[in-house]
Amino acid sequence: MALLEVDHLSFRVPARPVLDRLDLAIEAGEVHALVGTNGTGKSTLAYLIMGCEGYRPDQGEIRFDGRRIGDLPLHERARLGISLAWQEPARFEGLSVRNYLTLGRGEVDAADCLQRVGLSPADYLTRMVDKTLSGGERKRIELASVLALAPRLVILDEPTAGIDLLSIREIINVISTFKTRGGAVLLITHREEVTRVADRASQLCGGRIVCSGDPETVAASYQGRACRRCNGEECDDDRAG
Amino acid sequence: MTELDSLLQVLDARGGDRTILADTQTAHMMASGHKLLSQRQVPGLELVAAETPDGITARIRVARDVQLTHPLHLCFGVLPAVGRQHIEMSLVLEQGAALDIVAHCFFPNAEQVEHVMDARIEVGADARLTYTEGHYHGPWGGVTVVPKAIVKLGKRAVYFSDFSLTTGRVGKLDIDYEVEADEEAVVELTARVFGHGTDAIRIREKLVLAGRAARGLIKTRVALEHDATAEIIGITEGNAERARGHMDCMEIVKDRAVASAEPIVKVTHPQAKVTHEAAIGSVDHHQMETLMAHGLSPEQAVDLIVGGLLGRQETESVIKFPARPANAASQAR
Repeated sequence: MALLEVDHLSFRVPARPVLDRLDLAIEAGEVHALVGTNGTGKSTLAYLIMGCEGYRPDQGEIRFDGRRIGDLPLHERARLGISLAWQEPARFEGLSVRNYLTLGRGEVDAADCLQRVGLSPADYLTRMVDKTLSGGERKRIELASVLALAPRLVILDEPTAGIDLLSIREIINVISTFKTRGGAVLLITHREEVTRVADRASQLCGGRIVCSGDPETVAASYQGRACRRCNGEECDDDRAG
Repeated sequence: MTELDSLLQVLDARGGDRTILADTQTAHMMASGHKLLSQRQVPGLELVAAETPDGITARIRVARDVQLTHPLHLCFGVLPAVGRQHIEMSLVLEQGAALDIVAHCFFPNAEQVEHVMDARIEVGADARLTYTEGHYHGPWGGVTVVPKAIVKLGKRAVYFSDFSLTTGRVGKLDIDYEVEADEEAVVELTARVFGHGTDAIRIREKLVLAGRAARGLIKTRVALEHDATAEIIGITEGNAERARGHMDCMEIVKDRAVASAEPIVKVTHPQAKVTHEAAIGSVDHHQMETLMAHGLSPEQAVDLIVGGLLGRQETESVIKFPARPANAASQAR
């Protein structure tokens, strides 16, 4: 039994279907990359798994560790061991990085978590998680906070977006750390070099998984716009949303 | 127990430090109602306070170029359920002086209490003043707080003011500050208030950036729940070359609370610039979900967001108050 099982999941917004009978399984300890152009439903899938408000499946089922979680609110899914690092994390006035990294947990080595994402604890622990942080800094702190949570499954939504090229290696190391610690990762990304850290990968197009397997094959399919479903026509369409 | 002991006991309970009374290097003034309980001046800081039939007057002057390393502690309060405290304060920092003021105001049992402060403040050229005022109220909402200040800043003077009323019921609050800033002066006015029950909050702050390259910020953070109301009026005038002003107002409303923000901008010099931003609404949804993805319940997430907005100590729990009108409090006790 996989840790996360997504069966025939469908979700639509008024204008169009976003996910169409999507199937996906992630094993414990697996890093699974999900690639696809803008608007193919990657983030929507993340929000459905996490249970964000306004994201309830029209059809299908999500199971975590064999348990149906479709009716659980977001924080209860988090308490089961699922977490999400948003593509654009929220900012908080008056909340220090140290306290953000230790939210809802007892003993956490906040300094170690910061170092793993390439930030100096001396410089960042006392800073606020507010608009004084750059976009890249905020993303790294979000990754550090998820590291501190040590979830059983973490969904990383475009973890390298807004991160400078030199730092991508650090982000890849963080993803490896999740795996080393036994956690599973659903990695949503556009970057081929990031996909390589995965054990398996899937390509999403038109709300369905159109290619699944080893990361190199899937990355080649994605980069070559060689989608079996749309023959590259929709894969080439960088629709927003 | 003397009134001084009672006030010190309240100070202790709020994490204050009573040893400052015995510290000969630290200036202080403590007053309960219209009674002066203790005061000390230090070299370079003259403090003359007196009881009057109508209240307390205090004249504070820091001499030229005196930069005090120990803050001046002010402790005011009305401890009985009924009372009035009217303070008239004149504060002058001469050229090049520096002073930090830490003020604690206690109204823990107030059912019918009025606290009025009329302050006239002059911060001389190159002088620096920070004024941090924390209010600690009881749960009954029977207090009216009316702080008024007229502040004049000399050239290159710096003035930071931070008013917070986040512990206990506000009651009625009517802040009215006016600051005029000369050349290259810098001013920051921050107000943080948490309203519950039928609390009524009005904050009017006016900045006049009169001198070349004067800079000013008005920052207001208000959280409201139950039937509380808040009216925030921020006024900034940019009247000189390279004057820069900004107003930043954020209000979170819950339940049936009502908030308004009215920024008024007036610019009379083509090279002056004044900007403003205001956000009023319920707790930010994305912030909520980010915290819930860390395992916090919705209630814990709201408490953390509101506490952060109001600058509360992160370890301090957000006190819950019953939603009931202030005038029902005494009957219910």
